[in-house]
Amino acid sequence: MNMSITMVRYSYKMTLVIFLLLFMATLCVTPLIGSTSINIANALSGGIHAQNNLDANILFQVRLPRILLGALAGAALSVAGAVFQALLRNDLAAPFTLGVSSGAALGAVLAIVLNLNISILGFPMVSLFSFLGALGAIFLVFSLVKTRHGEFPTSILLLAGVTANFFFAAMVMFLHYISDFGQSFRIIRWLMGGLDITDYQTVLSIAPMVFLGIGLLVYVGRDLNLISTGVHSATSRGVDVPRTQRIGFITASLITGIVVSITGPIGFVGLIVPHIARLFVGSDLRILIPVSMLFGASFLIICDTVARTIIAPTEIPVGIITAMLGGPFFVWLLKRKKQA
Amino acid sequence: MRPHLEVENLDFAYDSEPILKNISLSIEKGDFIGLIGPNGSGKSTLLKLMGGILNCPDNAIRINEHPINAINKKKLARAITWVPQEHPMVFPYTIQEIVLMGRHPYLPPLSFEGEEDYTIARKAMETTQTLQFSDRYFNEISGGEKQRVMLASAITQEPEVMLLDEPTSALDLKYQVQILNILNQLNEEKNITLILAMHDLNLASRYCRRLILLNDGAIVCDGTPEEVLKKEIIENVYGVNVSLHNLDGDILVHPITNHS
Repeated sequence: MNMSITMVRYSYKMTLVIFLLLFMATLCVTPLIGSTSINIANALSGGIHAQNNLDANILFQVRLPRILLGALAGAALSVAGAVFQALLRNDLAAPFTLGVSSGAALGAVLAIVLNLNISILGFPMVSLFSFLGALGAIFLVFSLVKTRHGEFPTSILLLAGVTANFFFAAMVMFLHYISDFGQSFRIIRWLMGGLDITDYQTVLSIAPMVFLGIGLLVYVGRDLNLISTGVHSATSRGVDVPRTQRIGFITASLITGIVVSITGPIGFVGLIVPHIARLFVGSDLRILIPVSMLFGASFLIICDTVARTIIAPTEIPVGIITAMLGGPFFVWLLKRKKQA
Repeated sequence: MRPHLEVENLDFAYDSEPILKNISLSIEKGDFIGLIGPNGSGKSTLLKLMGGILNCPDNAIRINEHPINAINKKKLARAITWVPQEHPMVFPYTIQEIVLMGRHPYLPPLSFEGEEDYTIARKAMETTQTLQFSDRYFNEISGGEKQRVMLASAITQEPEVMLLDEPTSALDLKYQVQILNILNQLNEEKNITLILAMHDLNLASRYCRRLILLNDGAIVCDGTPEEVLKKEIIENVYGVNVSLHNLDGDILVHPITNHS
């Protein structure tokens, strides 16, 4: 026996600090980039509420809330993706796999077709309907699948999710078909997803829920690790599997629903960010969840910066960029990892 | 002496299909038990019930006189562990991470493994000869190595009872013997109670001190290998003609085929 061999202790804190620095750097640099160039000194001299300072207005009223919403959306979708992949033991799972986003889409499209243009508590009806749609989808899928012992058999859950997706998509298509041109444009625009319509109020009202959800998922991180290696062996290691599944599925679905109801479905982030994060830090969800959160936030902010500048002054929906940028980047990472 | 693990009048059914019928067992601390019987006889189900993986009827299974269905999951995991036959792994966990997962029932939420947990895991990996590849990924190693890693993870759990579902079925002869030798060592040195579901009657008779033969969800025979491995019993349960041989005190079961 070679006694010189020892186990490596992984530096969790160091990893977190590195990804936190990446996030901070993204947060500092991206507000300065945009279709209109701004004078930083002038913008900062005015402060957030300077009325007649154009630079400050662009920085604080236009770019910053949008960037913060991007951070929240990227964080929530990436964490939800990592958790769905672990719970379903399937690395193709994503926050939208179980029908959350198509439910949200149905709600939003319904509000658009019914011309509900009022706001309640600062939220437009489209967002509220969309969140109700997401909740409805979650409730429908999980109540269909739940067994007597309160467990969620993953194969049936996946099937129910796919079915729900098709069902809601058909309803969306139907509503789209009977809508007029104005509505049709709004529907298409919503379905593409984006961070363009936002203010601090929206960001502040969804942030606590998103952070609470992510915190709860980190709390059950070790239980999720064990479930991702198999539900039976997890039980034999002392994990309360039905309880962890309930917490995991419902929390991940809720933070997805909250974000999607504001931004529309932004694809690819929730699928790919956990994979990229896994290449750097491994599969341990205690570290993968916070890293996915920080990396997902940075990734979506960067994609959105590209989206609003690449053919400025026209802005592209960010979902197009996440897939066009994220796809090749992921393939490159995979290839590099293989060669190493 | 009070029994360590006790099964009393256990009936179990999936939906309405009865799997186990009126099973009663009394297991002493430090027993080394082979659970044998044809496919579908209920071996795996019995192990899962004893491990708390399937919900058992009230009070039907007790460890140290406590009904296992009433024990908190983490507390139960400190007493009993279960090792499945196969270990499909979707995500790239390292061997070290897999072994350390055995510490789960001892750790509070939000915590990472400490120095003591690493020491326990390191010892388990020395026992199972897996320390030399501790930083490799689980999916990259061979079947025999995987089984040893899962064994190391189970040892790291520091259980009183280990339940193993066909731990050697998928392995070649060398690894079969290696796994059983490690189990034997655990049984002798740490007095861990072992219950193994097994298909290989010869290995079962070679290593186990007690065999329990299940057929169609009921116990046919329970005793030493000499008492259980009898020509008429085996032929009756398995429906195959066999000849029995005694080699240095071990019983060898040999099927009689037409061409021999």
